[in-house]
Amino acid sequence: MNGGEQTIVFERKPHIIAGYGIVGPKEGEGPLAQYFDEVAKDDLFDQKSYEKAECKMHLLAIERAIERAGLHESDVCALLSGDLLNQIISSSFSARELDIPFLGLYNACSTFGEALILGSIMLTSGSMQKVACSTSSHFSTAERQYRYPLELGTQMTPTAQWTVTGSGCSVLSMDGEGPVVTSATVGKVVDYDITDANNMGAAMAPAAAFTIATHLRELRRKADYYDYIVTGDLGIFGSEMLHQLLLSEGIDIAENHLDCGKLIFDETQKVHMGGSGAGCSSSVFNTYFLQQFKEDKIKRMLFVPTGALLSKVSSLQGESIPGIAHAVAIEVA
Amino acid sequence: MIQKEEYVELVKKTTPKSKELKTLPIAFAVGGLICCIGQAFRLIYSTFLPIGKVTAGSLTSVTMIFIGSLLTGVGIYDKIGKVAGAGSIVPITGFANSVVSPAMEFNREGVVLGVMSKMFVVAGPVIVSGVVASIVIALVYYIVGLF
Repeated sequence: MNGGEQTIVFERKPHIIAGYGIVGPKEGEGPLAQYFDEVAKDDLFDQKSYEKAECKMHLLAIERAIERAGLHESDVCALLSGDLLNQIISSSFSARELDIPFLGLYNACSTFGEALILGSIMLTSGSMQKVACSTSSHFSTAERQYRYPLELGTQMTPTAQWTVTGSGCSVLSMDGEGPVVTSATVGKVVDYDITDANNMGAAMAPAAAFTIATHLRELRRKADYYDYIVTGDLGIFGSEMLHQLLLSEGIDIAENHLDCGKLIFDETQKVHMGGSGAGCSSSVFNTYFLQQFKEDKIKRMLFVPTGALLSKVSSLQGESIPGIAHAVAIEVA
Repeated sequence: MIQKEEYVELVKKTTPKSKELKTLPIAFAVGGLICCIGQAFRLIYSTFLPIGKVTAGSLTSVTMIFIGSLLTGVGIYDKIGKVAGAGSIVPITGFANSVVSPAMEFNREGVVLGVMSKMFVVAGPVIVSGVVASIVIALVYYIVGLF
């Protein structure tokens, strides 16, 4: 990677040796129910507040992923985590319970992509042997921070998305089994002047389009090199916008594009444009997609978690919504 | 790649809109029903209680606020709101919902800095504009009365 370029190609390739994904009850009624490692019976996870619940869910995902990798906390050199709450408390408070050096991250809903990229770089630098990457989100904590109280009788607008209650963690290692991270494209912040905080798919689609187009151009690949190009949480409308943006660059991904936000819920669940949240891509990737790799149904995927970098304050002050997307190429070893 | 201005236009043109043909009648029906219930209370109060029309009206408001708060507390009002939209937001029961829901939500942050300070985060603007409007109207009323 030189100045002006965005794509890193890993000569030595880190393996994703284990993953674990937990979701809430609504997600557990969706089309991916059978793939999730754990579905909570209720949103509170036996805790006193939703924030504590999100934290517990996040911690469980990390602990179980490490356990599944056959490791102990002390084997993991670093934990890279993020979530959507102010001061990323779900991540930091999970790390408080763990004996693992912690690096907190924030890239909104694309944080899981950021974690995978940084984790891979740390491993390939030779300075670390094993790292864990995780993110979480919770419908009730996000609603409260970004929107209205839960019991307020408001209607969702047609373009709104439903924040996923879920958490996912991947354990990366230089040796072991599992698919490998072969390359990654670090996204730039792209703002296409969308101001409607209830239309995040449209706000994030340009960032995803630029990252995907840059990735394919810098590696001289066609979109069909990948079995699937999987975005994080563009939802139905955002996905449509992504297709149109890429078509204007001569890239057609209509055939092999999937979106975690569209996969996790179905139309009967009244989630409008689909799921969103930092836990959306991580819970789907660590369960459904890792399973697809295991069953040899996928050989190559470009995983592109997407994020909207807004806050309640920025929206109130009339700012438009900047988007970000990172691409991680994952292939069979 | 499609340029910014073109994209904003594209999004504006293709964004799915609210299906007003479906949502407006429901809002009208639910909003109307809430008002009918209020009217029924008012009739009952003024007929069966030894109070005047004005007191019966105040008592009706109190009753409707109580019902709105109760339905919020047991987690029903937000479900009505999802279907009815403005139909259940505009009547006084919606106002009760907008005060009680943040009070419940912020209960975990304590009574003073949680419930008390956050209780009016949603209803605050309504109260402020109501007070301002009443002052303006009182002034107009006063000035007109001078002549």
